[in-house]
Amino acid sequence: MQATDPDIRWVEPPKLGLGERMYLPLFLQGLTTTTKHLVSAKVTVSYPDQEPEINNPLIYRGVHRLNRDEQGRVKCVACFLCATACPAHCIDILGVESPWEDREKYPESFTIDELRCIFCGMCEQACPVDAIELTSLYNLTGRSREEMIFDKEKLLSVYDATKDKEPMKSAQLPPVTTPSATTSTATSTSPTEGGA
Amino acid sequence: MAIVLINGQEVEIGDDERLNGIQVAARVGVEVPHYCWHPGLSVVASCRMCLVETGKRDADSGEISMLPKLVPGCQTPARDGTVFVTDSEKVRQARAMVEEDLLIRHPVDCPICDKAGECHLQDYHFEHGRSERRADIKPFHSRRRELGDTVALFVDRCVMCTRCVRFTREVSGDAELMVVHRGAHEEIDVFPGFPLENKLSGNVVDLCPVGALGDLDFLYSQRVWFMKQHASVCAGCSTGCSIQVEENQDRIHRLKPRENPHINQWWMCDEGRYGWKYVHDNARCLAPRQKIEGVLQPLDWSDAPAALHAALTGEAGENSNSKNSPPKNSNSKKRRLAAVLSPFLTVEEAYLLATYIRQYDENAVLALGRIPQAGADESFPNGFTIRAEKCPNRRGVEMLLSALTGDVLSWESFLEQAAETPFDAVWISGGYPPADGNDAASKEEESLAPELLAGLASSTLIVQDLFASALWRQADIQLPGAAFVERSGSFVNAGNRLQSFEWAIRPPAGVMTEGQLYWRLLDRDGLYNARRVLEDVAREHIAFAAATSEIPATGVDLLLNQLV
Ligand code: SF4
Ligand code: SF4
Ligand code: SF4
Ligand code: FES
Repeated sequence: MQATDPDIRWVEPPKLGLGERMYLPLFLQGLTTTTKHLVSAKVTVSYPDQEPEINNPLIYRGVHRLNRDEQGRVKCVACFLCATACPAHCIDILGVESPWEDREKYPESFTIDELRCIFCGMCEQACPVDAIELTSLYNLTGRSREEMIFDKEKLLSVYDATKDKEPMKSAQLPPVTTPSATTSTATSTSPTEGGA
Repeated sequence: MAIVLINGQEVEIGDDERLNGIQVAARVGVEVPHYCWHPGLSVVASCRMCLVETGKRDADSGEISMLPKLVPGCQTPARDGTVFVTDSEKVRQARAMVEEDLLIRHPVDCPICDKAGECHLQDYHFEHGRSERRADIKPFHSRRRELGDTVALFVDRCVMCTRCVRFTREVSGDAELMVVHRGAHEEIDVFPGFPLENKLSGNVVDLCPVGALGDLDFLYSQRVWFMKQHASVCAGCSTGCSIQVEENQDRIHRLKPRENPHINQWWMCDEGRYGWKYVHDNARCLAPRQKIEGVLQPLDWSDAPAALHAALTGEAGENSNSKNSPPKNSNSKKRRLAAVLSPFLTVEEAYLLATYIRQYDENAVLALGRIPQAGADESFPNGFTIRAEKCPNRRGVEMLLSALTGDVLSWESFLEQAAETPFDAVWISGGYPPADGNDAASKEEESLAPELLAGLASSTLIVQDLFASALWRQADIQLPGAAFVERSGSFVNAGNRLQSFEWAIRPPAGVMTEGQLYWRLLDRDGLYNARRVLEDVAREHIAFAAATSEIPATGVDLLLNQLV
């Protein structure tokens, strides 16, 4: 972008008063903050002796999981929208015709390179069927790079391990009452559509 | 000269041009959305998406009188004084209503629809539709049935534009598809026992403006937005259809026809469309090899120039200190060389190979490679022809041969000549796909019967090809070659039309494209540049004179432009 671009709005820095030009008031202000923290209650935890408490698992962005539908099959429909949205290009899907009567397409393989992932949560936002979600599991470790590439089975097992503590997020969201709610998922290709 | 008004803007059209409202609007960059109209099919004006306001400007008074009702732009001819309004509130409302109507019965299963990303319903809905769906209908899964071996119909996604039906009636001529039921229950179907199986069947998938028709070969293999498109030319037969190669990370996923009014219009045949599988076949030759004392040894590409030089000059030992430049002193016994230019080579590659061989022996025999034939030419009602000659560049190589040698020596006569007086060294270029479509194991051997090859037994043989064959096994130097999508250059089709194209994917590891190898053998700097070679060819040979300037996307007619 050029400096002459009409979209750039130039603003003047605010004028500094006498108190701001002398360092002392600001210095004292900083020290006050430090002192406050010195005497107030501790917020850090000494991990790993102590596990942190996750206040809102709904918005926490930890390890992924692949949800299952009511019949226990992978919920993902292999639409590649998460892979398209992913800025780190760490989702790799192989979509094929599904073996089931009521479904057209499903992922034959689904891998996420957890080392490459930046835990932005875009995949979760992109998914039209709420199949991929970020859980509040944060202690992600492994002995090798290969181990950190999670395949479909592993992602489904994360779901099995976390589903009781963290039910599927879509089920917890308040119902949307606008008439456009009926179009919710599949028309999300049109940005004007109000999605649930 | 007729003047048409589009949204107040004057457009001039020629007197003999017969255009409709959609086409005239497109001239000035105004898009009129449409489903059922296609330039290559008859007009039915059934989808009503292209509704516009129209009227007439009086030639004398300049007064404009509009029709009270909206009319379909696809069916309204543009004449002198015709007025079109495509952006009025009335038009916008009409479009929104059509979109809403279509979506009432649509499954909206875009996430699993192969067309998503290039779907007219999506695009038009985004641009012209209402922002919300008023009908209380949830997305559902479309019913599906196979129409034939190549195409699946997703029944509920169809917008009943009947393009596919008209295609099978007007272009392929077999009329397999039809509309069954009436009103809101209309569906596309085939008659029981008569599946869609004509040789142009794949085109209905491209024609379908929505995802109702799915290509079973491509189905679910890739989302369209991941692929890159490259303009290319089909190598399936000597018609040389203009095509678009769609690939992702050097893997082809589909070929589509590219519009070219001079050759294939909007279509291509199924043979060409699905005939690229051999490009990714594991049986492809991937490493250059050289026979040393009767045993094949791996040859490094960097040593290839020296090895080839030794083979052509007959100097023993590939580490002869001479650079790979042709011999200047003619004290050594005159050697008889020959090169066979395959009809799969581009004009540029054939020219470079001929130049290279002629450096060693200015009278080297140049012959045309084997011409694969299958069946007879097959024409369709609209003039589209699938040719029996299953190679893309016979005309190009022939024109080059007659320019260089004044004659065209066929593969058969070349073998006879070789049997009479054996050559010292022969370079045979290939690029032949397996004879039986995509099955590499069936690499054609019948025309390479051993007794035919006997004439070549005493020569030093350099063979360049995609797949192993009797000839390949007999070679002293084996050079893996490139497939058509990996080459750059020009093909001349059966109608003398030259089309240039660039490579779409890189060859597999171990393969050097013909062009790059010849370029290097001729000691030219940098990378193979097909355009520069074609300029040389056009300058030196009158038959290619039309190719002097930049080649347009639809190619140039060498014969026609030469006569002018
Ligand atoms: S969280 Fe972000 S980076 Fe990680 S997989 Fe999802 S989209 Fe990709
Ligand atoms: S966005 Fe959801 S449904 Fe689509 S591929 Fe990703 S996980 Fe599967
Ligand atoms: S299947 Fe496609 S081309 Fe055929 S009528 Fe339906 S929408 Fe049109
Ligand atoms: S395109 Fe004109 S009515 Fe369908």
